[in-house]
Amino acid sequence: MSGHLTPGTGAIAGAMSSASPQGRGRRWLQFASPAAFYGPAGTLAALLLPLSLVLALVGLYIGFLVAPTDAQQGDAYRIIFVHVPAAWLSMVIYAAMAFWSAVGLVANTRLSAMMAGALAPSGALFTFLALWTGALWGKPTWGAWWVWDARLTSELLLLFLYLGFIALQAAIDDPRRADRAGAVLALVGTVNLPIIYFSVKWWNTLHQGASVSVSSAPTIATPMLLGMLVMALAMWFYAAAATLLRLRCIILEREGRAAWVARLAQGEGA
Amino acid sequence: MTGMLAWIVKRDLLLAGRRSADALGSLAFFVIACSLFPLGVGPEPAALRSMAPGVLWVAALLAATLSLPRLFSADHADGTLEQMLLSSEPLVLIVAGKAVAHWLVSGLPLVLLSPLLALQFGLDARSLAVLLASLLLGTPILSLVGAVAAALSLGARSSGVLVALLALPLYTPVLVFGAGAVDALGAGGGAMAHLLLLGAGLGFALALAPWATAAALRIALE
Repeated sequence: MSGHLTPGTGAIAGAMSSASPQGRGRRWLQFASPAAFYGPAGTLAALLLPLSLVLALVGLYIGFLVAPTDAQQGDAYRIIFVHVPAAWLSMVIYAAMAFWSAVGLVANTRLSAMMAGALAPSGALFTFLALWTGALWGKPTWGAWWVWDARLTSELLLLFLYLGFIALQAAIDDPRRADRAGAVLALVGTVNLPIIYFSVKWWNTLHQGASVSVSSAPTIATPMLLGMLVMALAMWFYAAAATLLRLRCIILEREGRAAWVARLAQGEGA
Repeated sequence: MTGMLAWIVKRDLLLAGRRSADALGSLAFFVIACSLFPLGVGPEPAALRSMAPGVLWVAALLAATLSLPRLFSADHADGTLEQMLLSSEPLVLIVAGKAVAHWLVSGLPLVLLSPLLALQFGLDARSLAVLLASLLLGTPILSLVGAVAAALSLGARSSGVLVALLALPLYTPVLVFGAGAVDALGAGGGAMAHLLLLGAGLGFALALAPWATAAALRIALE
C-alpha cells in the first residue's frame, strides 16, 4: 500500500508548498489532479471496503435475526434490506454522475469526467440489483415477477440510460471526447428523468389502477428500519469503494505515459 | 438570422430531394412495421383498434431513430459540418434548421400517411383526428431530441445502434403522451391534457435540445 501512496503524497506535498496564501482556501482543489488523487483514492477505498463489509454483516444480522416477521408478507419482505438500499443508490449514483459530469464540462477537469465514468457501472449494477430483487419480492407478494408499475418502469428506463452512457463512452476512441460526450448525455438524461418518471406514472394510472401501490408503504417496525439503514450505509460505502478502485484503474489507463506512473510501476517491481 | 434558418432548411430539403430513396426508405419502414403487427397478433378488429395508437407511435419512434444517423453524417463526411461550426452564424440556429428539415423529410410524411394506416386498424374518425394531432405535435420532438443523440454518436463506432440506444429512452415520454391521447379519448376522458403536455414538451425541446446538440457537435468535431 505504501508503494501506491508515495507518488500521490509526493505530488500533494509539492502542490501544498507551492500554494500561495490567498489560495489556501482552495487547497482541496489540488485533488482535481488525477496524480494527486490516485493515492488518497486508494486509502479511502481501503478504509471503506472493510467498513462496508462489517456494516453489511450487522445489517444482515438485524435483517434476518432481529427484525420481526411481517404480519402480511411473512418472511418474503426481508428482501427489503437489499432492495430498498439498491434502489436508493441507483438514483443517488445517477445524480452523482450528473454532478461530476457538469463539473467536468464547466471546469474542464479530467478527474471529474473519470469519476463520472467510474460511477456508471456501479449505478447500472445497483439499478439491475433493484430490478432483480424487486422481481424476487414481487412474485410472492404480488403474484407476478413484473408489474408495469410507474416505479418499476422508470427504474427500467434508468437502467437504459446507464447502459446508453456506458455504450457511448465505450464507442468513442478518444478518451477526452468520450468524457465530454458522456457528460452531455448524463445532463440531458438528468433533465429528462423527472419527465420520464411523471409520464410513466400518469400512463400507469390512466391504463389501469395499480394493483399494488408501492408508494403507500405502511409504517414499519424499528428493527426493520434500522436494518434497512445499516444496509443502505453498507451499500453506500461499497459503491464508494468500488467507484474509487475503478477510478484508480481509469487513472492508470489514462496516465500510462506519465512519469509518476512509471515510477509507481518501478516501485512495485522492486 | 431567420434567413440563415431558412437557408439551412432549404439546403437540407434540396439534398434530401436529391437522395429521396433515404427518406422514402424510413417511410416504407414505418408502413411495413405497422403492417406486421396485425400479422403477428391476429386480425381481430377490437384488439387491433385498441392497439392502433401504440403500434403507430412505436413504429414512428423506430422510423425516426432509423433516419437519425443521416442527420449529420453526410455533412460530417464531406467537411460541411466543420464549416458550419466555423461560420459566424450561431450554431444553435444551424442545428435547429437541420432538425426542422429532418422533421419535414421524415416526420411530416409519416404524419400524413398515418390516417391511412389508422383506417387499416379500424380507428374511428375522432380517434383518428386525435392521433393525427398527437403525431403532429410529437414527431418534431423526436427530431429535436434525436438530433442530440445523433450529434453525440457522430464518429463513434457502430453509431447506428448507439443512436437507438441513446434516443429511445429519451423518447418514452413522447410515446406515453402521444399514444395516451387516443387512449384517453377512448376511455371517456378528453385528449386535451395529453395534447397540451405534448405541446409543452415540444416547447421544452425546442428551447433546450438545439443547445445540447450544438454542444455535442462541438465535442464531436474538436
